[in-house]
Amino acid sequence: MSDTTDETHGLDVRLRQRAPIPLDARISCAPGEVLALVGPSGSGKTTILRAIAGLDRIAEGRISSNGELWYDSETGVDVPTRQRRVGLVFQSYALFPHLSARVNVMEGIDGGSARSRARRADELLELVRLGGLQSRRPAQLSGGQQQRVALARALARDPDVLLLDEPFSAVDRVTRQRLHRELGQLRSQLQMPIVLVTHDLEEAVLLSDRMSILHHGQTLQDGPTFEILTRPADRNVARLIDQKNIFPAKIVEQDRRRRMTRLLWGGNSIEVRFREEFAAGEAVDWVIPTGSVILHRRVRPSRGVRENPVRGVIESTVRLGESVLVAIAVEGYDAHPLFMSISSHAAMRNSLAPGEQIGVSLRSDDIHLMKSVPATEEDGDREV
Amino acid sequence: MDWTAFLLSVKLAGWTVVLLLPISMFIARHLAWRRYPGRVFVEAAMALPLVLPPTVLGYYLLVSMGRASPIGRVYESVFGAPLVFTFEGILIASLIFNLPFAVQPMQRAFEAISTEVRDAAACCGMGRWRILWRIDLPLAWPGIMTALVLVFAHTIGEFGVVLMVGGSIPGETRTAAIEIYDRVQAFDNAAAGAMSALLLVISLAAIAIANVVTTKADVGHN
Repeated sequence: MSDTTDETHGLDVRLRQRAPIPLDARISCAPGEVLALVGPSGSGKTTILRAIAGLDRIAEGRISSNGELWYDSETGVDVPTRQRRVGLVFQSYALFPHLSARVNVMEGIDGGSARSRARRADELLELVRLGGLQSRRPAQLSGGQQQRVALARALARDPDVLLLDEPFSAVDRVTRQRLHRELGQLRSQLQMPIVLVTHDLEEAVLLSDRMSILHHGQTLQDGPTFEILTRPADRNVARLIDQKNIFPAKIVEQDRRRRMTRLLWGGNSIEVRFREEFAAGEAVDWVIPTGSVILHRRVRPSRGVRENPVRGVIESTVRLGESVLVAIAVEGYDAHPLFMSISSHAAMRNSLAPGEQIGVSLRSDDIHLMKSVPATEEDGDREV
Repeated sequence: MDWTAFLLSVKLAGWTVVLLLPISMFIARHLAWRRYPGRVFVEAAMALPLVLPPTVLGYYLLVSMGRASPIGRVYESVFGAPLVFTFEGILIASLIFNLPFAVQPMQRAFEAISTEVRDAAACCGMGRWRILWRIDLPLAWPGIMTALVLVFAHTIGEFGVVLMVGGSIPGETRTAAIEIYDRVQAFDNAAAGAMSALLLVISLAAIAIANVVTTKADVGHN
């Protein structure tokens, strides 16, 4: 069943269909790598995971793992789920309710005597820090403990691929953070590709090496996590990774000598790092993290004020824990406010309040230019 | 008391339970997990014996299994004896009128098993039979037990259908319920009373057993 023309290591998946859920996705994940499938609910993440496990059939596609072909719509290859070496942690954990934690894990172990399987199950439960609770049934375990049993059971098959379907969504925040840390530690001992489905961007950033951004079943961007966060491909990706400052502009000058590209944003001139792939006169979108919008102090202007200064009026301030999100109606551009994130003590010291006039700078190194694409339909109701 | 009739009832109920267990489990799993157009009609047909008057059901069974019917003729040419007015005939009738009593509790029990749990079993490398044995049966067990107890008790007490298809032949088709009727017709109230009391106790015991099994299973799962 091996196929030498394909990637021989890791997981390689191509899927395409129109109904019932439209899909056009391509993902790959190397051994030891964590790939996060990120996208809003209904974007097809779980369907992809289930297709990899062989639980859902996709009209067109090809799935291979470690050079072994699991599914190929063209040649009709379709290895049944029980013969694919996948470990899948379900969102609901899907533990066998009538069996103890130990037996749940034992069910996943192939071959061997009952005694050796029980010993291996205990080792795996120890690995996920559940030693001592082997005899309990799922209903006698907390949500976090059930999640660990599910993980141990998924690892029991010694899987070629580990699939995690929103595995942290059903536990409380404190437990989730602890499980995040533990998975981070456990990773070094796991040699297989790990695919994590999540709608929680923070979780994806925390746990993944690479991200695949999905929207309506389509892979919009795929790459190293840090790269996607700092250099989204277009406004649709930028919106899905929760960027608040996404604006249209026009390139007015390409200065090769000074390595500078100049934009016209509303009535404001913005300088950014030179990007030779764009031409003067071209319409682009640009994005800046809320933390890279720098407040000008009223009393003692700092040197930074020379960097893309813009002026505006504060529309609103929202306190989010330690920081404050300030919405600014910028002079010369009134379609959307510019958002600035600032520590709450700095907001207090500068007595920021709605209606106040302020000046801010946009750090040119942190401005990322993107090719202009049509926005997806949800673009109209951007949340504040 | 006529122990022949009573033992015949027990034999009929026992065979019905044994034969109906695999049949109704197959149908119940099918109805619980398969979705297709026309499924609602299959379910309705399955439930028909619940609402149809026993004499009506018995009449149709008598007509369709009679010596003049295709089924009756085929049966007679293979086994050399007619199907109606025999133990085999009332056994087939018993299987049919008990179908909803067996299928419905089992179907509810199988439906209660989450799809993800069964998917997880497949991801653990289990095949169909292993999933049936390790997951489906233990989880659906209370429903299956309830179904079997109901079928047993219901067969012991069935009157109309058995009378229509089997008549009242001593040792062959005269079951306890028919015997009670015959005793009352013959003004033998003492025999009818004893037999009735016995059937009452059996019915009560059946319900009690079904309840205990279900409660125990609930405690075990929570």
